[in-house]
Amino acid sequence: MTTFIATIEHVVKGPVWGCQDCGQCVLHSTGMTCPMNCPKTLRNGPCGGVRENGHCEVKPEMKCVWLKAYDRTQDWPLPSTWKDEYNHLRPPVDNRLKGTSSWKNFFTKRDRWTPAGWKNTTEEVAAQGVDH
Amino acid sequence: MSKLEHKLLNTTETVFTAEFHTLDGNGFEKAKKVADRFRGWFDGVNATDNTAAHAHVSNVASAIAMKQLGLEPILQVVCRDKNRLAQQADIMGASMFGVENFVALTGDDVTAGDETEARRVFDLDGPQLVRLMSTIKRGEYMSGRKIDPAPHMFIGAVENPGAPPFEYRVQRVAKKYAAGAKFLQLQICYHQDRLEKFCAGVRDAGLAGKISIIPTVVLVKGARPLNFMHNSVPGIDVPADQIARVEKAADPAEEAYLQTLEFAQHALAQPGVRGLHITDFRNDDTLERLMTDLGRVREITKTNATTNDVKDDHAYSA
Repeated sequence: MTTFIATIEHVVKGPVWGCQDCGQCVLHSTGMTCPMNCPKTLRNGPCGGVRENGHCEVKPEMKCVWLKAYDRTQDWPLPSTWKDEYNHLRPPVDNRLKGTSSWKNFFTKRDRWTPAGWKNTTEEVAAQGVDH
Repeated sequence: MSKLEHKLLNTTETVFTAEFHTLDGNGFEKAKKVADRFRGWFDGVNATDNTAAHAHVSNVASAIAMKQLGLEPILQVVCRDKNRLAQQADIMGASMFGVENFVALTGDDVTAGDETEARRVFDLDGPQLVRLMSTIKRGEYMSGRKIDPAPHMFIGAVENPGAPPFEYRVQRVAKKYAAGAKFLQLQICYHQDRLEKFCAGVRDAGLAGKISIIPTVVLVKGARPLNFMHNSVPGIDVPADQIARVEKAADPAEEAYLQTLEFAQHALAQPGVRGLHITDFRNDDTLERLMTDLGRVREITKTNATTNDVKDDHAYSA
């Protein structure tokens, strides 16, 4: 059943979003742009190597994934809660989830597991008023 | 507390940092020569981590050498070559030798280097690495396992004010500040208007005085390195008129120096800027000239005057 869900997800999200099956989908918070298509798999914004024309340092023919994400977050009619999440610090990828269904991981909350040391800094607590 | 940290947090003095030269064969002898040139000029010197995706003496070894040679190292940690376990090991290893300044970078891609067939890692990204450094500073590994006592750490990050998306770069600064970065070394930027907007943006985001901005200037001898940076270094755009200015000058080396001085003075005048990071590609007397022209007085003491004081028995002063 688990494999079946993962297959369905792959078939749906692969062609549309270029899903890389990381198993911890953050599309909603990145302007519906999959950050795993960044050659450096950066989850928190563009690197410093973006070319003058907005294209990727590694793949010059491709527009920077994070420029796309930024533009879409500004321009697309996405829910404001999703747009707000754009600037959140997304945690490191949990490599154990590779190839599993992010839909399942979302409903079981497995995708929100982070290591015990991954805590908000005092500055983040002060800024957000919450500790998570 | 490191000297860099003290100056940035407790004084209003302008700080100067530099890029240590990459070390290969006969590394320690070369390190001594660089240390003799740098000693007394800089408040911190970056121990680089495989710059531009080329293998060299490691960041940790360079940082320890600097400690031994009387320089204050800033350990660069890059995400390209190592996963989070190795990054934590490097931070802890450098810390064991008294390294207190750390700077987190995403890093150039392997395609920028000379071993493009290598596997790229990027287990963490830049902002995540900043938070990992904060985790260690708090006394924990990523797993939550305790580090007692916690190492003393002064954490920084980098940003490129000259690469798109320009307005979003400030939001990334806010993210890195929130993750624990107290200083920000900038990529060299040959567009003064972009640097102005970036610094004003950081100020308008309420981060003035919270994160110290340290822009970079590069000492070059002529137009060739400017062309190289423009054509070959990802994220650096050198406007044609800036290249032409040096290329067509009667004395290109002098014009290149004046250009660097001008960019340095312009950068120091921006809001939130607390110092300069200097990359020296010239290896001549213009380093001293630039520092003097910027009003810096060399801090030479008896203990750091020469490398002759350095004993062979790892005389680092933690």
